[in-house]
Amino acid sequence: MNVIELSWWQLALAASMVVVLAGCTAVMQLGMSRSLLVAALRTVVQLSLIGLVLEALFAAERLVWVALMALAMLLIAGREVMARQKRRLLGGWTFGIGTLSMFLSSFTVTVLALTVIIGPEPWYRPQYAIPLLGMMLGNTMTGVALALDRLTDTAWRQRAVIENRLMLGEPWQLAIGDIRREAMRSGLMPMINAMAAAGVVSLPGMMTGQILAGTSPALAVKYQILVMLSITLGTGFGTLAAVAVGSRRLFDSRERLRLDRLSTPRP
Amino acid sequence: MSRKCLRLDRVAIGELAEVGLAVGPGEIVCLSGASGSGKSRLLRAVADLEPHEGEVWLGGQAQSDTPAHRWRRQVMLVPAESQWWADRVDEHFPERIDDDDLESLGLEPEVMSWQVGRLSSGEKQRLALLRGLGRQPAVLLLDEPTANLDEATTQRVETWLLTKVRILGRPVLWVAHDKGQIARVADRHLRIDGSRLVEEAMA
Repeated sequence: MNVIELSWWQLALAASMVVVLAGCTAVMQLGMSRSLLVAALRTVVQLSLIGLVLEALFAAERLVWVALMALAMLLIAGREVMARQKRRLLGGWTFGIGTLSMFLSSFTVTVLALTVIIGPEPWYRPQYAIPLLGMMLGNTMTGVALALDRLTDTAWRQRAVIENRLMLGEPWQLAIGDIRREAMRSGLMPMINAMAAAGVVSLPGMMTGQILAGTSPALAVKYQILVMLSITLGTGFGTLAAVAVGSRRLFDSRERLRLDRLSTPRP
Repeated sequence: MSRKCLRLDRVAIGELAEVGLAVGPGEIVCLSGASGSGKSRLLRAVADLEPHEGEVWLGGQAQSDTPAHRWRRQVMLVPAESQWWADRVDEHFPERIDDDDLESLGLEPEVMSWQVGRLSSGEKQRLALLRGLGRQPAVLLLDEPTANLDEATTQRVETWLLTKVRILGRPVLWVAHDKGQIARVADRHLRIDGSRLVEEAMA
């Protein structure tokens, strides 16, 4: 089946309607027009640029370029995890924990899905590897960022409770147990919700894209199931690692709660 | 149950430096000093909740050689503001509490089945003492244990604590403000003066 070609003037038509929407909000003084236009512009520019990069990458089909691209994506995701924290762990620990846990989970699961399950030739074929890794990283990033933020912020707020439990002779794992569970929950909730609603409430974006591009729904569904399960694996193990290392870092070798290892939130 | 002595050897935390102090079994040492002079921080150092200099000994056992949670289980700090994290009061007590103990503290037995939100600050304070003692510690560190209590209840709590401490033979470090209380309970009285502890004469 052939995909219907989209030309730039057709996109311009869609864009002009966004401009109309921005105009309407401006007329009604709803104060959203500026950020709406900026965000729309960013989408166009960022996606066009990544389109060029992907074209080049697909043409070259070299492992070293794919690996470099993956590394860049990982570092940007690590930076993003750090930026989403109210209270960071000082000394680069948030970036370190975030990047490491995303690396361990996303990369492992992606490589596993590529080599064992999908099996393209060669295994790192960028048409498969990059979008798959992108979806893994994007979701794992959200999970890790949410979980770490919840962990450090709740520990900060409940310092008196944690310390009182330490005073009663509880080991640190027990004293912060409730908070760890909450952090884990907030990291995994988005993915659990997405899986629960998939196909009933929402048609996942990737599947929709494949169907629009001419893939049969039956095959698109299989890919979607694979992707969602892989994402859940990646998010789950990534969040698990981040919560385990992050909560340990809140205590020192004498099991004292060390909130001085957290940054103060920016006003 | 063995009776051990608590010994501080050149402990330094915050303003306080080179604190040396020995508390014998069944002995109550009261600590006083202006607000912010570091009374609570000294107790936190003894319980190893804050980084500090020096060594604390429980009998022949050194703080730094003991796993931290095991140390705190033996050297029990009961803070001025206790925390209650579970829904019901009795979820915070691993073992059943004697009704006699509750009664001696002026609490009714039903209090154990209450929701935590129902507790007044005075009830929380008395229950925190019960909770700490229920863990069977070797040393008690009490941070203003009667701060939220009226006079009659304060005396009840003092009597109960004195009896327990004498029977069990536990060393006690007790942070207190009230001169009358210090006179009633203390065997010795130390006042924080700048970076040192000064022994005050007992009446």
